[in-house]
This record gives sequence, C-alpha cells and structure tokens, in this order.
Amino acid sequence: MPETGHALTLLFAKGFGLFYLLALSVGTLIYAFWPGSGKRFDHAAKSVLRGEDQP
Amino acid sequence: MVAKLTRAERQFALILLGLMALCGLVMAAGANDDLFALHGGLILAVAVGLSFLVISGLDAPEPPPERLAEYYDAPSRVAIVLTMGWALFGLAVGDWVAWMLAYPHLTVDAAWASFGRIRPMHTTGVIFGFGGNALIATSFHVVQRTCRTRLAGQFSPWFVLLGYNLFCLLAVSGYPLGITQSKEYAEPEWYVDLWLCVVWVTYLVLYLRTLAQRREPHIYVANWYYLAFIVVVAMLHIVNNIAMPVAWNHSRAYSAFAGVQDAMTQWWYGHNAVAFFLTAGFLGMMYYYLPVRAQRPIFSYRMSIISFWGITFMYMWAGSHHLHYTALPHWVQTLGMTFSLVLLVPSWGSAANALLTLNGAWHRVRDDATLRFMMVAAIFYGLTTFEGSFMAIRAVNSLSHYTDWTIGHVHAGALGWVAFISFGALYSLTPALWGRQRMHSAWAVEAHFWLALAGTLIYVFSMWNSGVIQGLMWRTYDSGGTLAYSFIDTVVAMHPYYIARAVGGALFLAGAGIGAWNVWMTIRSPDTVSQPAGGDRPLTILAGE
Ligand code: HEM
Ligand code: HEM
Repeated sequence: MPETGHALTLLFAKGFGLFYLLALSVGTLIYAFWPGSGKRFDHAAKSVLRGEDQP
Repeated sequence: MVAKLTRAERQFALILLGLMALCGLVMAAGANDDLFALHGGLILAVAVGLSFLVISGLDAPEPPPERLAEYYDAPSRVAIVLTMGWALFGLAVGDWVAWMLAYPHLTVDAAWASFGRIRPMHTTGVIFGFGGNALIATSFHVVQRTCRTRLAGQFSPWFVLLGYNLFCLLAVSGYPLGITQSKEYAEPEWYVDLWLCVVWVTYLVLYLRTLAQRREPHIYVANWYYLAFIVVVAMLHIVNNIAMPVAWNHSRAYSAFAGVQDAMTQWWYGHNAVAFFLTAGFLGMMYYYLPVRAQRPIFSYRMSIISFWGITFMYMWAGSHHLHYTALPHWVQTLGMTFSLVLLVPSWGSAANALLTLNGAWHRVRDDATLRFMMVAAIFYGLTTFEGSFMAIRAVNSLSHYTDWTIGHVHAGALGWVAFISFGALYSLTPALWGRQRMHSAWAVEAHFWLALAGTLIYVFSMWNSGVIQGLMWRTYDSGGTLAYSFIDTVVAMHPYYIARAVGGALFLAGAGIGAWNVWMTIRSPDTVSQPAGGDRPLTILAGE
C-alpha cells in the first residue's frame, strides 16, 4: 500500500516535524538566554584571546 | 614525524602498514577488473612508501616524556602543507575545466582528459583535498587551544590525516580511470567509501576524547561547529553510500536507492555536504581565528549559539530545493523551499556576528591582509546564503536551475567564503605553528589578497551574467509561440563570459601560488623569535605544578 506510506510520511513531517522544531527553537532560546549563563559565555568568548599562546 | 612516536607506536604503525600493503596486494592480485587492480597497486605503493618512512625513523631516540605536556602540532603542520598542495592541484584543474568550457579543444584526445572526468577531479580536489585538509589542520589546533589540553592520541592524528589523504588520492585517481558511482560529491566507489568510514570514525573518537579531557568548563563555540561537521558528515556519507558491490573484487557497486528516492537521498547528502562540510566546519574556523586575529571577543556569544542550533537543525530539511519541478512530491519541494528561506536567519546571524566583531577594529582590517581575508569571507558568506535562499524559491529556481547562475552561487561560496576564510586561518596558523612572528612576506599576503579578490569578483560576476542570460534565452518565445533561440545560440552567447571566468580563475590560482610560496618560505626561513617561556602549552602543566 504505497499510498499509506506517503500519507504517513506526510503526517509525520507536518505533525511531529513541526512540534519537534518548535520545541527545539524554544529550548535553544532558553539555553542561550538563561540568566546565569551570561557570565559563562563572556568568559568563553574572552578565553580565546588570553594571548593565543599563553595558557 | 616518526620521531614524535614512541618505539611501540612506530611498530604499531608498521603492522598497520603491513596490513594495508597486504590489502593492496590482494586487491591487485585477485581483482576481477583492471581498475580495481590498479587501485590495489596504488594502495600497495602508498603502504610501501610510508613503511620506508617509518623504518628509516625506527631507531630514532624515544621522544622525551615532557612532550606530553605540550600541544601536539606536528599533524597540523603536515596538514597545512597538504592543504596548499591540494589547493594548487584543485584550482589548476578547475581553471583547466574553465578554459575547456571556453575552448572545447583544449584537451588531449584521450578518455581520461574528457570534461566529465576532470570536472570531478576539480570538485574533489578543492572540496575534500583543499577544504578537508584545512579543516583537519585547524580543528586539531583549535580544539587543543580552546580546551587547553593536548590531542587525546599520539598515533591517531596521523592515522586520520594520512588516511584521509589516501581517500582523496584514491578518489581523484579513480575519475580519470573511469571509476565513479555518479553521485555528485560522492563519486568514489564502495571500497573507498568504506575506508573513509574507518578514518572518519577515528576522527570523531579523537575529537570527542580531546573534548572530554578539556581544562575549560565550557566548550568554546568553534568546537561545536567542528563537531557538527564531523558527526553529520559521517551520517551523510554512510547513508548516501549504501550500495551492493558487484563482487568483493570488483570496483563497481549499485546503490541501495533507486528513482526519486535515490535523487532525494543524494540531494539530502549533497546539500548537507554544502552545509556541514563547506559551512559548519569553516564557521568553526571563523569563530576562532577571526576574534583571535582581531583581538576582540566575538560580538555576541549568545547569537553564535542560536545560529549554531538554527543551522544544524534547519539545513537537514532544505535538500529538496535541488529537486524543484521534478518527480519529488510537491509538498517536499515546498518544505525544502521554506526551510531554505528560514535558514537565512541563522546564516546572517553568523555573518553579522563576524562583521560586528570587527566593528571597532577597522584599522586592523585595513593594515592586516590576513584579517581582511576573514572579513571578505564573512561578507561573501552573507551574500551566498542570501543568494541561496533566494534561488531556493521555486519560481526563481525555474530561471536559475541548470544555468551558470548556480555555478556563480557555488563559487561565491567556494572562493569568497571557503577559500578566503581558509587562507585567512592559514596565514594566522602557519607562523604560530612554526614559531615565527609573522609570515615570511607581508607583501605576498597582500598580493594574494588582491589577486584572490579580483579573481573571485570576475568569476562570480561573469557567471551571474551568463546564467541569467542563459536562463532568459531558454524561456524566450517568439510571436509564433515557439522558442526564439536554439540551444547553440545560448552557447555562443556564453562564450565571452566563459573566457572571463577562466581569466578570473587564473588570477585566483596565481594568488594561491604566491600563498604556497609564502607558506613554504615561512617554514624554511630561520627562527626569528624564540617561544616565550611557559608559552604555548596545555593547562595540564600548570595544574601539575
Ligand atoms: C581557480 C579557481 C576555480 C576555477 C577556475 C573553477 C572552475 C570551475 C568550473 C569551470 C566548474 C564547472 C562548471 C560547469 O560545469 O559549468 C566548476 C565546478 C565546481 N567548482 Fe570550481 N573553480 C575554482 C575554484 C573552486 C573552489 C575553491 C571550490 C570549492 C572550495 C570549487 C568548487 C566547485 C564545485 C562544488 C563545482 C560544481 C558546481 C555544480 O555542480 O553546481 N571551485 N569549477
Ligand atoms: C542559506 C544558505 C544556502 C541556501 C539556501 C542555498 C541554496 C542553494 C540552491 C537553491 C541551489 C541551487 C539548486 C539547483 O537549482 O540545482 C544551491 C546550489 C549550490 N550551493 Fe547553495 N545555498 C546556500 C549556501 C551555500 C553555501 C554557503 C555554499 C558554499 C560553498 C553553497 C554551495 C552550493 C553548491 C556547491 C551548489 C551546487 C550543487 C550542485 O548542483 O552541484 N551554498 N544552493
């Protein structure tokens, strides 16, 4: 029943796909803007500059 | 290179090379077709050559144990030399292809030199040879510096680097012989694919183990991009290359997929090869070398993370924009088109992040050609992704598809973005790894920059022109309702643009030639600075004190 295969794929892509990507975006935004993470990120961004050759 | 390994590691290397030689011998002797036998012979020859190298260094003194407290840069150094070698080869072949399109007689009358065989030598040479080696060289460097730890393996980095180059060699030598599975950017046949699998999994394990040993709490964002490149390329490579060989001793195999499924799998692969080979890895490069060179932290670290997840998860769905107006279901095409449009957001996130980082350091950009390479790369990255999103719209694609517009888009990305960011990174990395203060000749970097920029602009503008003209001529009807131009009319109209493109390519190649000379002279010129004491070392040594 190839028709069912196509219909199921369609349902999966339009249903699961949508919600999983929405959840993923929300998750990413929460992670990026979590209040405590600012300092960690600043540290990370500056860490590469501590003179490329000085540990 | 052999002297850096312990005796036991050297012996292990010899055992592996022995196995490899045996493999080559069995392939050559038991082959069912001549092409397979030739590749067996090549593998045997490489194994014997490398064995001589190892044997000649077998009795060298054991490396001092203190080396384990230092960064392991020898593999990156060899990778840099290989990068420049592949660049010259790939670009030269590319320019040959370009001249051949302008003057079809510029070839020899032999099957190996036909357009269809040397074109993939160009694409494989530049993408996998040049791009891949640049990614390996920089990823080894970046992961160590940002994690402040040594690579988590002594032998495996060499296995990854040399094994990967064997893959490139087998691929590029196969095309002139006529070995190909006819999937663009995945041309190598089953046995070469299997070999790449082994190499790539080793790369992944090495990278993960190094990350696990890090002395920094947070994994710097460049590593996320490199890791995405390694993980996704493994996945793409394995799925797209599932095939059944005709026999164990035959070079030909048949794909597990057929018809529209085959097309979809191939362009899921092809598009994500663009996304994760030509984009994610090079973004990793950008997020490390650009801030370091500009001496400013990345403008927004948050934005780099959001862009990362955006790119990683949205590119996966965009492959179907390569198959507009085909037998692929209409909704799948629409899905690919939609995701391509949304992709513009994280893509511009990265491009803007890079340019905003430079904001305030424009004097450096003006004075430092290396940083200028990276700035131009960020601009072309923004430009190419905008163009890509635009071309993914079905109606626009009906004009651009099959035309030179696609070729213009490809090379805006490949020359303007991939090659520019790579050269920028190499010019930062080369002096650092050989303990020099700067490149041998600042003037040569400057000359390379302007030749590369002129070459890229000429290439891209001529292809845009030619592509749009071609697309419009193909769809022009006369009053009687028939096509106004025959196909050969459009070919004639392309001719001047093809000459221009080939000239642009020659400029780009000349720039790379100067670059290779400069890298070589930097390596050869005597030490100008001595390493600052306690300088470039992993954090372990401090912790141990
Ligand atoms: C000297 C510079 C270069 C020249 C002259 C050149 C020339 C060419 C030519 C003539 C083609 C075939 C176009 C056609 O079939 O109509 C081509 C294809 C291609 N080149 Fe280049 N190239 C250069 C550099 C590069 C670089 C640095 C990269 C990648 C990093 C690259 C990636 C590609 C790819 C992916 C294709 C296939 C495009 C497609 O099928 O749509 N090229 N190149
Ligand atoms: C948001 C980002 C991007 C989007 C949405 C995009 C979209 C597209 C589209 C619609 C095509 C034409 C497909 C066709 O008509 O056959 C294409 C071709 C191509 N693009 Fe992009 N592109 C993007 C970024 C890039 C970048 C950064 C590169 C880097 C080098 C690149 C390399 C290529 C290549 C090599 C092809 C030719 C594939 C082939 O037919 O052989 N793209 N892209």
